[in-house]
Amino acid sequence: MNESGAAIEAHGLTRRFGAVVAVDHAELSIPRGRIYGFLGPNGSGKSTTLRMLCGLITPTSGTIRVLGLDIPRQAEALRTLMGYMTQRFSLWEDLSARENLEFMASVYTLEPGHAAQRIGAAVEEYHLAEFFERPAGTLSGGQKQRLALAAATLHQPSLLLLDEPTSAVDPQSRRDFWESLFALTARGTTILVSTHYMDEAERCHALAILDRGRIVANGAPKQLMADLPLQVIEIETEDTVGARAALHGLDSLRSLAQLGLRLHALLAQDVADPVACIESLLAGRGVKARVRRAEASLEDVFVGATLPRAGQEH
Amino acid sequence: MLPAPLRRMRAIAVKELRQMSRDKLTLAMVVGIPLLQMAIFGYGINYDVRHVRAGVVDLANTQASRSLIADIASSQVVDFIARPAGADELRRLIVSGEIHAGLYIPPDFERRRIDATRPVAQVIIDGTRPGVDTAVRAITEAPLPGRTGFKRRASPAIEVLTEFNPERRTAVQVVPALIGVILSMTMVIFTAIALVRERERGNLELLITTPVRSIELMVGKLLPYIGVGLIQTTLVLVAGVVLFDVPINGSLLDLYLGAGLFIAATLGLGLVISTIAATQFQAMQLGFFTLLPSILLSGFAFPFEGSPRVVQYIAQVLPLTHFVEILRGVILRGATLGALWLPVLKLAVFLVLAVALAAVRFHKRLD
Repeated sequence: MNESGAAIEAHGLTRRFGAVVAVDHAELSIPRGRIYGFLGPNGSGKSTTLRMLCGLITPTSGTIRVLGLDIPRQAEALRTLMGYMTQRFSLWEDLSARENLEFMASVYTLEPGHAAQRIGAAVEEYHLAEFFERPAGTLSGGQKQRLALAAATLHQPSLLLLDEPTSAVDPQSRRDFWESLFALTARGTTILVSTHYMDEAERCHALAILDRGRIVANGAPKQLMADLPLQVIEIETEDTVGARAALHGLDSLRSLAQLGLRLHALLAQDVADPVACIESLLAGRGVKARVRRAEASLEDVFVGATLPRAGQEH
Repeated sequence: MLPAPLRRMRAIAVKELRQMSRDKLTLAMVVGIPLLQMAIFGYGINYDVRHVRAGVVDLANTQASRSLIADIASSQVVDFIARPAGADELRRLIVSGEIHAGLYIPPDFERRRIDATRPVAQVIIDGTRPGVDTAVRAITEAPLPGRTGFKRRASPAIEVLTEFNPERRTAVQVVPALIGVILSMTMVIFTAIALVRERERGNLELLITTPVRSIELMVGKLLPYIGVGLIQTTLVLVAGVVLFDVPINGSLLDLYLGAGLFIAATLGLGLVISTIAATQFQAMQLGFFTLLPSILLSGFAFPFEGSPRVVQYIAQVLPLTHFVEILRGVILRGATLGALWLPVLKLAVFLVLAVALAAVRFHKRLD
């Protein structure tokens, strides 16, 4: 196995379900010991990509190498090297936290002594002691998530796949969860996360933005924000309806979103002075507003990347 | 305009109908279960027993004896499909379940015809099967044309011997077969639900990402149920002996080997159902759907000798039919599994087909 190379390499990865192309010629190169995110709306092909990478779904075409293994041919060998956290809590709700961990340790055929030691370590690391003997079905969202992560990492996998891991937990639990993920990468684990949350995507070392089966942007979140080929303008006004009407028909306007009394506009780069341009349009309608440039956020990157492609309205 | 409560109720009723129409399997059952019941009770079950497989031993071989055989055969209650050489072979065929009744005509048949004190022939009936005894007994008593020339006599001309259940108790016929019925209920429905539950709750989605293989998963899930099945077998057996005085004439080892084979076959059926049903509710429905014909057509409670050919073919497809045969053979007639090789073979074929079908339908990959 090549220790220095990428954890995952995929070329021309494609999957069709009947007439639908779920994943369309994806190119991936994911380094070891990093958290790599797949950001995209529902149905963009995140889960399908993730499942192809671990051999659960056979690609229609393309090649995959994961940890030096040829997937899907060597998918069975990969199983012991990877952990998988499903979107929905999928441990046994009628078994206690301890029984669930013991079962998973046996499934990964850990030696009894080693299993006990790993379960002990997991109890420490993920604070499972307070509910260790309770049926998993009675746990809160955050507790279930800690238990699921503990179960997925008992066998110390080199690769951890997380399918929308924090959709059912509160913000504090989500922060703790990410702390745990960084602790895992510090020990060399490669982590793949699929998500549609911007804050979650922003924590990744690098990410790919998917839209209708295609990777439309990829790179480190900071880099993607810096490279955004759009100008971000914020308009603060009491009369958001008037302001919207005033901007209607502006050709270079790519996106307009409202946040309370603020309008968040994305403009093409060919507008020389966007602030002045918008101010004059608003003044023409008698709308009072404060207009200023803003930093691009990851959401702007996402919106920019998933805009309808030229000549392809929807 | 309807009043508000009625409009809301109507909205809920319409929504309910919509949901019902989306669940294709439930919809099929809504139509399928009544039709199946109608077909089984209307056409399938018939108390007028006909065409009981029978054997005849004619050691006299005179014109009168042949006339007696033809006379009994013309009733169509029995079909003489075997002509064993002697009384021993006749008995062996009954024990192995190949025939269920036998007519024995002794060498001194002609002398007996004119001797009013002795019966001219003997009819042996397998008393382990419901309905057969009454039907066959009736034809021996009927004054049929072929029997003219017999001397008028006080005692019946044909002696009837009901074997393996001389007191002709229903419990003796039903209780051993009940093992099969109870196993069918629990094995098929429990296993189907146990497997479907994991899929419904998302556990399967996790399991397929682990090193567990499909075959390990299947066998691991089924093993505990084999234990459950053997415990149930023991319970019914003990209750049958203690409460209903059912004799155990065969070997317990043969009985448990047969039960093991049947349990495996029904678990296979449960597996197949689990690959079809999406929810636990659907698994219940499908389990019930297979259970109904099993109970009614297996010969457990109703004689299937009276059923039309088609229904008898359907009964042959059901594993319970063959297991009931094995149970009655081993427990009541003291048969060995070797003698019962035909039902054993049929069960084994069912097992292989069910497991093969389940394996084809059960994919480890998600797609």
